[in-house]
Amino acid sequence: MSFSATRPGLVPPIRPEYDRVLTPFVEAPVEHALPLGARLWQQDWLRKGLIIAALALLWEALARWQDNDLLLPGFLATMSALVDGLVNGELLDRVRISLTVLLQGYVAGIVLAFGLTTLAVSTQVGRDLLSTLTAMFNPLPAIALLPLALLWFGLGSGSLIFVLIHSVLWPMALNTYAGFQGVPETLRMAGRNYGLRGPSYVLRILIPAALPAILSGLKIGWAFAWRTLIAAELVFGAASGRGGLGWYIFQNRNELYTDRVFAGLVLVIVIGLVVENLVFAAFERLTVRRWGMAR
Amino acid sequence: MISAATLSDLSVLELAEPRPRGFVRRDVAPARPAPEPAPGPSPLLQIRGVTLEYRTPQRVVRATHRIDLDIHAADRFVLLGPSGCGKSTLLKAAAGFITPVEGSITLAGAPVRAPGPDRIVVFQEFDQLPPWKTVAQNVAFPLRAAKALGRREAQERARHYIDKVGLTPFADSYPHQLSGGMKQRVAIARALAMQPRVLMMDEPFAALDALTRRRMQEELLALWDEARFTLLFVTHSIEEALVVGNRVALLSPHPGRVRAEFNSHAFDLSSIGSEAFQAAVQRLHARLFDTDAPAEAAR
Repeated sequence: MSFSATRPGLVPPIRPEYDRVLTPFVEAPVEHALPLGARLWQQDWLRKGLIIAALALLWEALARWQDNDLLLPGFLATMSALVDGLVNGELLDRVRISLTVLLQGYVAGIVLAFGLTTLAVSTQVGRDLLSTLTAMFNPLPAIALLPLALLWFGLGSGSLIFVLIHSVLWPMALNTYAGFQGVPETLRMAGRNYGLRGPSYVLRILIPAALPAILSGLKIGWAFAWRTLIAAELVFGAASGRGGLGWYIFQNRNELYTDRVFAGLVLVIVIGLVVENLVFAAFERLTVRRWGMAR
Repeated sequence: MISAATLSDLSVLELAEPRPRGFVRRDVAPARPAPEPAPGPSPLLQIRGVTLEYRTPQRVVRATHRIDLDIHAADRFVLLGPSGCGKSTLLKAAAGFITPVEGSITLAGAPVRAPGPDRIVVFQEFDQLPPWKTVAQNVAFPLRAAKALGRREAQERARHYIDKVGLTPFADSYPHQLSGGMKQRVAIARALAMQPRVLMMDEPFAALDALTRRRMQEELLALWDEARFTLLFVTHSIEEALVVGNRVALLSPHPGRVRAEFNSHAFDLSSIGSEAFQAAVQRLHARLFDTDAPAEAAR
């Protein structure tokens, strides 16, 4: 290109200087609001709601085309079964039983994970212990431990909590450990500079700084716990005559109330969505998003 | 190894040259044998024969070798040197993050063993402020963590120092909403609010743009004028050393050793264009780069 060729002896022209006083800018507004459509489209709940509505429509269309209530009840039939179950209180009761067990196992798993991780960040042996144990047990499906748990703890919530802990502990410990490792050196030094050490250092520097990773561990742990619980209830069902949501699904399948089976499944999904989009999302908005640690 | 005597020779030679007005040595008598007996008030922070090493997976590297320095109360003491002279490592050792392999660091007579709130460090990196705390909480955090003050008093003092650095409108903002210069201001306010025995700054303005850096230097000097804190300041900029410091220690690299100490209390931001300032810059420049023939040959 001729533009890039060097031309020796070429001197740019000397142009006159100028200095003008700018009057305040009034010709056009400096900022204006987005149109309504664009603002609505920014709302998460609206976009996600549309996706769910589209899926429900697809389901209903598929069911009508199939036209077999025993194999595939439609969206509307499932909804009426769900409403029936909720109104007569049976489903609510099942959900309560499931959630009680779930929370016990979940919290115990988190506490154990924090213990293991604290050990891992403070000692070399703890680090080796964590990596060996997670490598061994993380790939092991919790359900595979259920027969053993039944043998040890009998038919009851003890076995359920045992498998729940197993499903929460390893992913949670792995995530928390990765989060602690990722805390910037400067921030650690600043914390030590303030005179923080030991538990107060972990609590006031490491945990908040690692919160994005800890949160993702909590989410993964929640999903694992939920699916493990439902699966375990499907396998052995009722604890002392009162089964949870998984047992409800299993029972109704045996009795060929397929719409109730679907209602149970929908409830599992709805609870998952609610926890994800309300509980975890609110927690994220109040913490890591507000702090600029996650988008 | 350069002995202490050689070091003081260097500085004497240095000052035999025509020197700018007001450029005077602190200890008038050429202290021949050793820098041990300090005339006048005893120094606040004493660094005696400090050797520092750091470990890489393959080897142990000597960062500094037998450093002797005295920092007095209300000093603005600058460690100046090229990269690899161990100036940041030395500052971290004085802050208590690194333990010397030999020598001692004492603060008002008490040996420095661990990091503590009496030696607050302002780091170069912007991520030194916990992102989960607002500006006001960040400034109050060390006060609370060190249990120096109650909640109310801590908040009050935090507000006072936030006002000092001109960030009152941003007191409730989170660090990620601030510019780099504002974050460093918060870090300085946080450090000043602790009223540490020694305020340590590790290239605090190096990551800022030139205009902001100039303004921050100005503000730092204004704050010092008011509070007369003791400052230990690490930089690799000759101009910054002369402007910010009242005494500049020149370190040579690989390993870091003290080459000379100069006084620079006569200079401030207004003297940057002056002849005396340029002469001082030239002198430091010469010391930093070419004139050290034996060191050059050794490399």
